[in-house]
Formats: sequence, C-alpha cells, structure tokens
Amino acid sequence: MAALGGDVRSVQADQLHMQGTLRATAAASYSVQEIQSPAGTVVREYVSSAGKVFAIAWQGEWPPDMRQLLGNYFDQYAQAAKTQSGARIGRRPLVIEQPGLVVQMGGHPRSFKGRAYVPDLLPSGVAAEAIQ
Amino acid sequence: MKDPRRLLVLIAAVGLAGGFSAGCGGGSSSSTPANTNTITNSGSNVASISVNGGPLGNYDDASFTSVTVCLPGTTTCQTIDGILVDTGSSGLRILSSVLTLSLPQQKAANGNPVAECLPFVSGYTWGPVQTADMEIASEKASSLPIQVLSDTDFIAPASCTSSGISSDTLESLGANGILGVGLFAQDCGSYCEQVQTALGDFNPYYECASATATCQAVGESLTQQVQNPVALFSTDNTGVILEFPAVSGGEQASLSGSLVFGIGTESNNALGTATTYTANAAGNFSTTYNGTVDAASFIDSGSNGYFFPSTVTVCPSNSDAQDFYCPSSTENLSATTQGANGVTGTVSFSIANAEALFSVDDNAYGDLGGTFSSGSFDWGLPFFFGRNVYVGLQSTTNPNGYWAY
Repeated sequence: MAALGGDVRSVQADQLHMQGTLRATAAASYSVQEIQSPAGTVVREYVSSAGKVFAIAWQGEWPPDMRQLLGNYFDQYAQAAKTQSGARIGRRPLVIEQPGLVVQMGGHPRSFKGRAYVPDLLPSGVAAEAIQ
Repeated sequence: MKDPRRLLVLIAAVGLAGGFSAGCGGGSSSSTPANTNTITNSGSNVASISVNGGPLGNYDDASFTSVTVCLPGTTTCQTIDGILVDTGSSGLRILSSVLTLSLPQQKAANGNPVAECLPFVSGYTWGPVQTADMEIASEKASSLPIQVLSDTDFIAPASCTSSGISSDTLESLGANGILGVGLFAQDCGSYCEQVQTALGDFNPYYECASATATCQAVGESLTQQVQNPVALFSTDNTGVILEFPAVSGGEQASLSGSLVFGIGTESNNALGTATTYTANAAGNFSTTYNGTVDAASFIDSGSNGYFFPSTVTVCPSNSDAQDFYCPSSTENLSATTQGANGVTGTVSFSIANAEALFSVDDNAYGDLGGTFSSGSFDWGLPFFFGRNVYVGLQSTTNPNGYWAY
C-alpha cells in the first residue's frame, strides 16, 4: 500500500488510511489525487498516465505518515536525513537530493510543507516545479 | 544591513559595493532599515543571548541562553546553559542527559505518564512531559509543563520515528535544550485536545504504561500541553523581543544580544515605530520574492539561515555547505513581506557564499542562506542581525500572534 513508486491502487489505500476525502484533477500527462484528512492534512499524489505514483506533496499542521507515503523509499529517506543532519549542525529545511529520490520538507511546528518525487519516474515534460 | 553608516551611504548614493540594494520591490507601505537598532542591555526583563556555536561550539547561526529550572514550589534549582532560543516553536525542551533534577511527571487521566513527540523539519524530539518552575532574567513561569528529551525513558512509537530522525542527544540537537518563545501559548493547540483517529494524521501526545509498553496517543488539554513559558509570566507575558547588533565584517566568532520579555509592558519594550505583521492560524505570513508569493513564510530564530526558493547558485553537493547558497559574489536581494492584516513591507537582505563563510571557523554569519522548494520563505537567524524583532504572543486582539520589525 506504499504510495511513492506504487500504482494507482495505492492512492485508494492512502485515502482509506487517512479517512480522507479524495479529489482528482487531470493534467496533460498525469493526474493529481488530493486527499484531505479530517484534521486538515492535505496530501497530493501525482499519478502518471501509466498509473504510477511519481510524486507526493503535503501540507498540514504536522508531517504526514512518511513511512506510509514514501513506502519502499522510506529507508533511503531516513538514511539520507541522518546524513544531512550530520553535515553541519543547524536547524534548517530538510533537503534530500539523490539520483533516485528527492525529498524536501520545511516549516515549523503547526505548519509543515513538503514534497517527494522520484526523478526517474517523472513523465517527460513534467518539471519538478509542478509538484506543489 | 551590517554597516551603521549605510543609511548615510545610501543617501549619499556612493560606495554601494559590498552593501545592499535599496530594495526594488515597489508598492509597499513600509521599509525597515536594519541598521539602526538599539540593544537593551539592562532591565529585570532582559536575558543575555549569544550566537556562540552552542555547547558543541560548532552550531552555525543559532542563539543560545541559559534558563533555571526548579522543582515546582521549591528553591531546588538547576541552571542550564546552551539553550537554543527558538521563535519558531513554543515550549521549553531540555535534554534528559543534562537534567540533574528529578521533575514531577505529568500523568494522563488513566494515571500513565504522558510523553510527547514533537516533529521539527530537522528531526523530532521525544520524551516525557514533566513540570518545572522556570526562571530567566527576573521572570518566572510556575508549574510549567516542559518536554524532557530522552529516547530511553519510554519507547518512541512508530508514528514518531517515521516522522524523521531523533534529536534527543547533544550530538543531534547541538544544544542542551530549546526555549520556544514563538507566536503561540502552547506547542500544539486545539489540534491536540483530542486524539486524531485518521491513521495518517499525526498525534504529538502519548500515554505510556511503562518503559517498555507501546505508547498510545492521548488527547491533551491546552493547559496540560507544553507551554510557551512567556505566556505564564505574571506581567511581561505579551511576547518577546530579540535584539542583536549587525554582524561586522560578514562573520564573527560570537555575537551578543538581548532577549527582552514583554512587549509594551515596561519602559524598555515599547513597540515604538516597528511595523506589525500578523500571522495566520498556521503561524505564517506571506513573502513575495522574485515575483513569486510564498504563502507559508515565517520568521524563525531557530533556522540557521535564510531558506527560500531562488536561482542563486547552490553550493556543490560534495561540500559541507551542501544545500546552502554559494554565489560567486554576494547577492543583494529584497522581498516583500505581508501580514495576515494586509500590512506589507520591503526587506533587503544579502546572500554570501556559504563555502567562503564556513572556510573561517566562526559562529555568526550575517548573510547565510540556503535552498528550499517553492511556497515557503524561512527568515532565519540572519534576519535578526541588526534588527530588533518583536514576536507577539497570541492574544484576543491577535489570535495567531504577530511579528513586528
């Protein structure tokens, strides 16, 4: 039921998981499934025309369940987050940019905003800026 | 924003090299000079703060102070230094490893100890909620619920560990604790009054039957939640002012300033001519930079740079300045901030080459910035240099608090 890198069925699993309401919009080469949880956390899952979730964006008072949303990519994310925090001591937005995974999260308690995507899965012609 | 003569320099329209632009964002109602601030050094409501690298001596652009914690209602106290001053969060958090007092444990309705998981973007803090009297300057917050950071008292639940990495040690936190003096009276607010039952929704508060039990999410009343200590002060409880001089020469080994308690409560903390920008319910305001509106923007002394989406050159990924900006020469920029009250103002700031800054082993860097994806402009500690920043605590008038500068 992992989302990132999963197929479109995982979106429905996430909707159930979040007890959320689902709203879908379509772009040229992908669609966006937006799930809003009862507590107001918004998660957008970007699904390619081939049915794969290639990106996720989120916003809410607290971070979403990253293990759920990143699925098989969670361990890579957790390892990279450790490495970043070891580079220089300091509190700053999380920025993970690896060939196989990009995760960015910023904000503060009561307001978190972030996104994650797999560069190799981006449909051609879709810029990372489209993931919001 | 570093040279007290800059205003004159600008008026004379000479010698802008190494300075900053006058700001090109038009249409604003206010422009804040960053170089004319006066630091309040005395008063019973003034604590010293210093950008000094913290307890490990290597924390970039963070301000530290000391607090005294006491067993409630007693004079059995401990003073702890190396406490990070954070306007981006609310509440006192102290590493268990530096706490010598055995503070009373907060209990849930079922009698079990309460613990908290508080996510920050750089990692979560986990540990029991305990009660202390806290003193700083001549201010006192009695029976203050605080968080004691410890990975070992109770087992952090999976929902906590999946939010990021642990910041519960000196090595991972870089501080002995965090003094959150942000916009809100509690660290969570109404969201935490009941358990969020949707599996994807995060719960900060838990009750733990034992050291080895699986902790269960619990609703936490506003008064039980970890509190902004300023809200519990008897008089100077309307907010804080952070006052730092400008950094001279681009960077300094240390920079001393003042943390003033109360706004408009004493002769030394009047709002004066500062412009007020109210926050929205999320604790954000809006920043327009380079034609883009970043709606989820905020002012945060606990962020160690300006973090914002920009085309400024990023440092090489193999350098220790990774994710910071590395322009070939200092870039002079400006942005427009807008409060929820509609008030706008222009802020001029500069971004220097982070690798060059870090090549000298200092702790206060005036023009440090780094990347973030769109939608958020994080005005971190460099924003506070050379500028008195008022952080107004939420009130009936301003339910989500405000910033003024």
